[in-house]
Amino acid sequence: MKKKILAMILVLGMLTALLAGCGGSRETPEMRAEANAITIGIAQDLDSLDPHVAVAAGTKEVMFNVFEGLVKPTSDGNLDPAVASDYSVEDGGLTYVFTLRQGVKFHNGKTVEMQDVLYSVRRCAGLLPEGGDALIPALSVIADVQGEGDKLTITLSEPNLEFLAYMTLAILPADYDQQDTAPVGTGPFKFVSRKAQDSVVLERFEDYWGTPAKLDKVTFKIIEEDSGLVRGLQSGALDLVSHMTSTQISQLNKDAFHVEEGSMNLVQALYLNNSAPPFDNVLVRQALCYAIDKREIINMAFDGYGIPLGTSMFPSFGKYYDDSLTDYYPHDVAKAKDLLAQAGYPDGFEMTITVPSNYQPHVDTAQVIVEQLKEAGITATIVPVEWDSWLSDVYGKSEFQSTITGLTSDNMTARKLLERFNTQAGNNFTKYDSAEYDALFARAISAADDAEQTAIYRQMERQLTENAANVYIQDMADLVVVRNGVDGLIFYPLYVLDVSTLYWDK
Amino acid sequence: MKKRRINGYLLCGLIITGVLLLAALVGTFYTPFDPNAMNGAEKFQAPSFVHLFGTDNFGRDIFSRVVKGSGTTLAIALATVAIGAVVGTLVGAVTGYFGGVADDALMRLNDALTAFPSILLALLVISIVGPGNKYNVVLALGIVFIPSFARVTRTAFAGLRDVNYITSARLMGAKNGRILLVHMLPNTVRVLLPAITIGFNNAVLAEASMSFLGIGVTPPDASLGYLLSEAQDKLSRAPWYALCTGAVIALLVFGVGLIGEGLQKMDREVA
Repeated sequence: MKKKILAMILVLGMLTALLAGCGGSRETPEMRAEANAITIGIAQDLDSLDPHVAVAAGTKEVMFNVFEGLVKPTSDGNLDPAVASDYSVEDGGLTYVFTLRQGVKFHNGKTVEMQDVLYSVRRCAGLLPEGGDALIPALSVIADVQGEGDKLTITLSEPNLEFLAYMTLAILPADYDQQDTAPVGTGPFKFVSRKAQDSVVLERFEDYWGTPAKLDKVTFKIIEEDSGLVRGLQSGALDLVSHMTSTQISQLNKDAFHVEEGSMNLVQALYLNNSAPPFDNVLVRQALCYAIDKREIINMAFDGYGIPLGTSMFPSFGKYYDDSLTDYYPHDVAKAKDLLAQAGYPDGFEMTITVPSNYQPHVDTAQVIVEQLKEAGITATIVPVEWDSWLSDVYGKSEFQSTITGLTSDNMTARKLLERFNTQAGNNFTKYDSAEYDALFARAISAADDAEQTAIYRQMERQLTENAANVYIQDMADLVVVRNGVDGLIFYPLYVLDVSTLYWDK
Repeated sequence: MKKRRINGYLLCGLIITGVLLLAALVGTFYTPFDPNAMNGAEKFQAPSFVHLFGTDNFGRDIFSRVVKGSGTTLAIALATVAIGAVVGTLVGAVTGYFGGVADDALMRLNDALTAFPSILLALLVISIVGPGNKYNVVLALGIVFIPSFARVTRTAFAGLRDVNYITSARLMGAKNGRILLVHMLPNTVRVLLPAITIGFNNAVLAEASMSFLGIGVTPPDASLGYLLSEAQDKLSRAPWYALCTGAVIALLVFGVGLIGEGLQKMDREVA
């Protein structure tokens, strides 16, 4: 009897401890709204907090709020002055002169001085006195960096129209050596704390030079498991999660959330190996373009979210993007069969589609494509491979017939997206081989003025479409689930999440 | 010899397995819907009279997919067991009957193979022969299944080696091959049959787990395991998908398990 009572007391004690434990960490959206704070779910931990060293896109997405460069990307794809208040280009594009903005403060309270800017640029360009490689390889084009008064002068060894896009590099204090644990920048949010594999906390920086952030505190909660993000939203632990799939979203309570649709800024396509039969024949490639209905793919596998594309460029690239190419090949099975007959395949043929199996959206797309090709008499087989072997065999050695993937650009230059189809490019994994295209590319990169360069880039896009280099599908949608009450989300043409514009709509 | 009576276990098992086999067989040439045909207007439909098991995220009829998938799974399981049983029996016969160095060598190899968890071993084979192909799955699982059959039959053959009628046969000048095939093999059926039913069930489950892990059958071909892995991330949106697929796997394993049980029971009654 005594033992039983003791056992019961122990069990009760355990239960209370358990419940107390649960209750303690329970933070409701209402409490956060009251505190003017939000919690955002992210799918992976940060790699390095030092912005010049970090490589993961997921890290840059978060730390975009903490750091700024001389210029800063805007949501419409332009570059606005930030730590510099003004800049000018001289000597036919060989010299850039930046005027530093007065009174910009670091998060540690110090004012940004010329020596900080010199340190930051030189560190990235590999020009520090202690030597070292350029942290950003493209900046090895810098020949010299000098500062005088509030004027920073950067001299290039050759003109480069796209140089300014790289001046978004973070400006850091010169005499500070704890960037990787307690980073200090000039952005609208300051870093407060980080728990590995758990969370990153940011707070509003009161002395920010520009438009201050609306929220007081933002917590990025790291949840590496897909269903954990859904559960976190449902239970009230999270207020916002990016990059969700429509299936995940369909599991959420519709009254508590709304979905904002941006785009991933990538070109999802059925990429073809242009050097091997049957896809070395332009008629076969065109037949594929007619046989595949990209709008049906978007409806079937993506619940209608996604922007159909017709070439290797997406809408957020503004002036470079040519929308008229999207429907260059309307869905037309009869035409596809006709072209196949002309190409010598009246009864169709067999092909394989290699897909990285860890990307469910691409696997889903492949399944729809297999069905569509069946109608045109083409028998396609899906070959799922692991990401590593996809990188080494498909992307590295072009050992494939066709593959589905999404290609991105990590800065706002059209060159990044179009260079890979030139025969000289090391990453021309589709083996696209066109002398005309190569000539256009050579002209584009050495073009002297922007309008001319843009025109040539657009011509290159058209060339890709007309020759049916690949079967272009879509710019996949970036679905962001936002708790009702949170507002102000804006999308960028880059992989970043700007939390400075978010607010609770009370 | 007493008249063999079919017992309840065997009867139930035969009925369940028979119905599933028939469905899978019919499924090879007829299903209510094309198992891969997509229909954007009928995504995520709950089970109804039109779609017995409901539809998935592409509007595909899950019943048709399960029927087709059972066919794939059954074929893989049968082929696997066939490889395992034939090669295993061969190894068992040779080692059990002749003994000696071959016995030691093969049985130690056998031990080594059994020391690995079977899925790990299958993974190893798959990583060598390449994933995504049902023949490779059969090969991988077949190899994994050889040791258990070899062990069981070896014991049976070793036990029969010095029995009187075998010794007589040998004295009458019967060749070793004839002794093994004609005189001994029929007498190992008693242990072989239950081993086959158990092996078959293990093969069904092994195929299901491999496809579930993404190293087995690949889309758009569907096996039951692959269907389960598809159903996984739609669990709260379309619970019928996982439930129906899982139920068919469970039923199949249950049915064949009953047959095995029934056979053993019958064996005991006769003996």
